[in-house]
Amino acid sequence: MRRLLALWFFAPALALAAGEGYRLDPSPHDPYDLVSLQAGARTFVNYCLNCHGAQYMRYNRLTQIGLTEAQIRDNLMFSGDKVGETMRVALNAKDGKDWFGVPPPDLSVIARSRGADWLYTYLRTFYRDPKTVHGWNNAVFPNAAMPHALWTLQGVRALETVSHTDKSGHVGVAYKWSQLAPGSQNPVQYDATVRDLVNFLVYVGEPAAQSRKRIGTIVLFVLGLLFILAYALKKAYWKDVH
Amino acid sequence: MAARLTALWEWFDSRMPTLASEWRKHASEYYAPKNFNFWYYFGSLALLVLVIQIVSGIFLTMHYKPDANLAFGSVEYIMRDVSGGWILRYIHSTGASAFFIVVYLHMFRGLLYGSYQRPRELVWIFGVLIYLTLMGEAFFGYLLPWGQMSYWGAQVIVNLFGTIPLIGPDLALWIRGDYVVGDATLNRFFALHVIAFPLVLLGLVVVHLLALHDVGSNNPDGVDIKKQKDPKTGHPLDGIPFHPYYTVKDLVGAIVFLALFCSVMFFTPEVGGYFLEYNNFIPADSLKTPSHIAPVWYFTPYYTILRAVPPLFDSQFPGVLAMGIATLILFFLPWLDRSPVKSIRYRGTLYRSALGIFVVAFLVLGYLGTEPTTVWGQFAVREDSWIGKYLLDTKEVATWVGRFCTVIYFAFFFAMPWYTARDQCRPVPQRVAE
Repeated sequence: MRRLLALWFFAPALALAAGEGYRLDPSPHDPYDLVSLQAGARTFVNYCLNCHGAQYMRYNRLTQIGLTEAQIRDNLMFSGDKVGETMRVALNAKDGKDWFGVPPPDLSVIARSRGADWLYTYLRTFYRDPKTVHGWNNAVFPNAAMPHALWTLQGVRALETVSHTDKSGHVGVAYKWSQLAPGSQNPVQYDATVRDLVNFLVYVGEPAAQSRKRIGTIVLFVLGLLFILAYALKKAYWKDVH
Repeated sequence: MAARLTALWEWFDSRMPTLASEWRKHASEYYAPKNFNFWYYFGSLALLVLVIQIVSGIFLTMHYKPDANLAFGSVEYIMRDVSGGWILRYIHSTGASAFFIVVYLHMFRGLLYGSYQRPRELVWIFGVLIYLTLMGEAFFGYLLPWGQMSYWGAQVIVNLFGTIPLIGPDLALWIRGDYVVGDATLNRFFALHVIAFPLVLLGLVVVHLLALHDVGSNNPDGVDIKKQKDPKTGHPLDGIPFHPYYTVKDLVGAIVFLALFCSVMFFTPEVGGYFLEYNNFIPADSLKTPSHIAPVWYFTPYYTILRAVPPLFDSQFPGVLAMGIATLILFFLPWLDRSPVKSIRYRGTLYRSALGIFVVAFLVLGYLGTEPTTVWGQFAVREDSWIGKYLLDTKEVATWVGRFCTVIYFAFFFAMPWYTARDQCRPVPQRVAE
C-alpha cells in the first residue's frame, strides 16, 4: 500500500523531472487590485474551501483587501465560525484520503510552494480522461488527485497530445485542446476568474507582502540618511591619516 | 552633569579597572594597519550578523513550537498573527544566508592576503572552527521550520553519518534519536540550535578575537607594521587606533551592508528559492520524498563533492570522506602554504592563477549542488563503444564537471606546498603602500 502511495505521488514528479512538462503561462495577477482579490476570495470560499482549508489564514484578516467584517461574515462565511477564526474545512483528513487517495492539502501557502504561474496554468488545464478514477486529468499535474472543481465554469474540455519530430531530430509535444461542453463562462471570463483566484491565493500565501514592501522602502530611506551621516563622520575622523 | 558622569565613571573605574584596560587593549589602543581595504569589512560584519541572529532568534523562540505537529504551523503563526513576526522571521532567514556570504568573503580575504600565515595560525584555526560550528548551527536551524526540504535535507545529512563503516548506522540512530527524522530529532535540534551551538560560537568568536589582538592584524600588503615603530611613542608608524578610526569606518560598512540586507529581506526574501526554498512551504511528510532534494546554497559546494565521488562497494562513504576532507583540509592551510610572502600583491603568477581557478571551481561546485545532476544533459556516447562501457560510469555532463572541479578543489590545497614554494614572488616593502 505504501509503495502504491509512493508511486501515486512520484508519477507526476518524475514526469516533470524528465523535462516534458507543460509550459506554464505567466500569471497576470495584480496584488494591488482589490476588486480582483475580493473576487478571488469569493471563488475560493465557493469552490475550494469545501475540501481545502487555509488553516493559517484568519477570516477577519480579509479586511486588508477592502472588506468589512460584516461583509466577510455575510458573504464569505457559511458555517457558524467566528470572524476571528481561521479558514478551516469541515472535511476531515481521513475522509479526504479515502475519497481522493490523498487528503486535499491546506492552501495557506500553496502559492509559495507551487508559484503563481503553476497555479494559473494548472487550474486552466483540466480535461476529460476516462482512464482516471474521477474522469478528470490535468496537463500540468498528470494524474492529479483533484477532479476539476471549476468545471461548471470552464465546461468540459478534451486534450489531444501529438508528438512530432522536427528536422534536427528533437521530439516535441503539441497540445490540442477542444471544448466538449460549454461552461457558464467563456474562455476569457474563465481566465479572469482563475487570475482572481490565483491573486487571492498569492495574497493568502503571504498577507504581509504589501506592508513588507512599504516598510522596506522607509527602512532603506532611513539607512540612506544614516549613511550620509556616518560617511561624513568617517571623513572627519580620517582627515589626519596619511 | 558632566562632573557627575565623571564621578560615576571614577567610582566604577576604581572598583573595576579591567573595563578601561580591556577597552584600551582591544579598541582605543589597539593599533591596526591604516591600509585596510574593502575586504576588511567582513570581520566586523560577521560579528554584526551574529548579533542580528541571536537577537532575532531570541524573539522567534518566544513563538516557535519545537513539536513535529506544531512546528510548521507555528512558523506560519509567526508570519501572520505575531505582530512584526514576519520581520523577525525574514531577518533570521536572510541572516542565515548573509552569515555565510560574509564568512565566505572573510575567508577569501584570508586567502588573498595570507592572513593565516605565521604568526596568525591560531587565528585561522579558531576561524575554521567558527565556520564548522556555523555549518552545524545552520543545519540544525534548517530543520526547525519542518517543511519538506527541512525534513529531507536533515534525513540526507544524518544518513551521511550512517555510511561510516561499523559505527555508522548506530551513530545516525543516536543523532536522530529515532529510526527516522521525527519529533525527537526536531526537539534535540532545537536545543542544539538555540543553546549549545550559539554558546560554542560565541566562545570561539571571543577566542578568535583574543588570538588576533595578541599578534595584531595583517593587512593588504602583508607587511608587519610592528617592525617600524615611532621611536617616541612606541606605536607602529603604519598603525592607527582601532577606535575611533575603524569603528567609524566599520559603521559606514555596516550601514551599506544593512541596506543590502534590507533590500533582500523586504523585497525578495526568498531570493528565487535560494534563501527560502519553495518546497519548504510544504509541511514535512515522511511518506513523500521530493524528486529533487537540494541543500541550501551555502552547503552546495560540498554537496557536489559528495555526489561527484562514485560509490565503492555500494557504499557512499568515499563521497562522505571526500566531503569531510574538503572541510578539514582548511585547518592545515597555514602549513600547506610555503610562500615567503603573505599578500597576493607580491606573489607570483602560480599562486594568483591557482587562487583564480580555485574560486571558479568553488562557484561551479556551488551552482551544481543546487541543480539535479541531469542539468547539463548527457554526453552523446554510444552505450556499446569502449568509452561508454569502460570509461564512463555515468554519462551526465554535470557529474563529470563536478568531478573535475572536485579535483581542482583538492589540488589547490594538496599541491600548495609545491606551487607556493616555486612561485616568483616580488620583494615586499618595509612600509605599507600609500
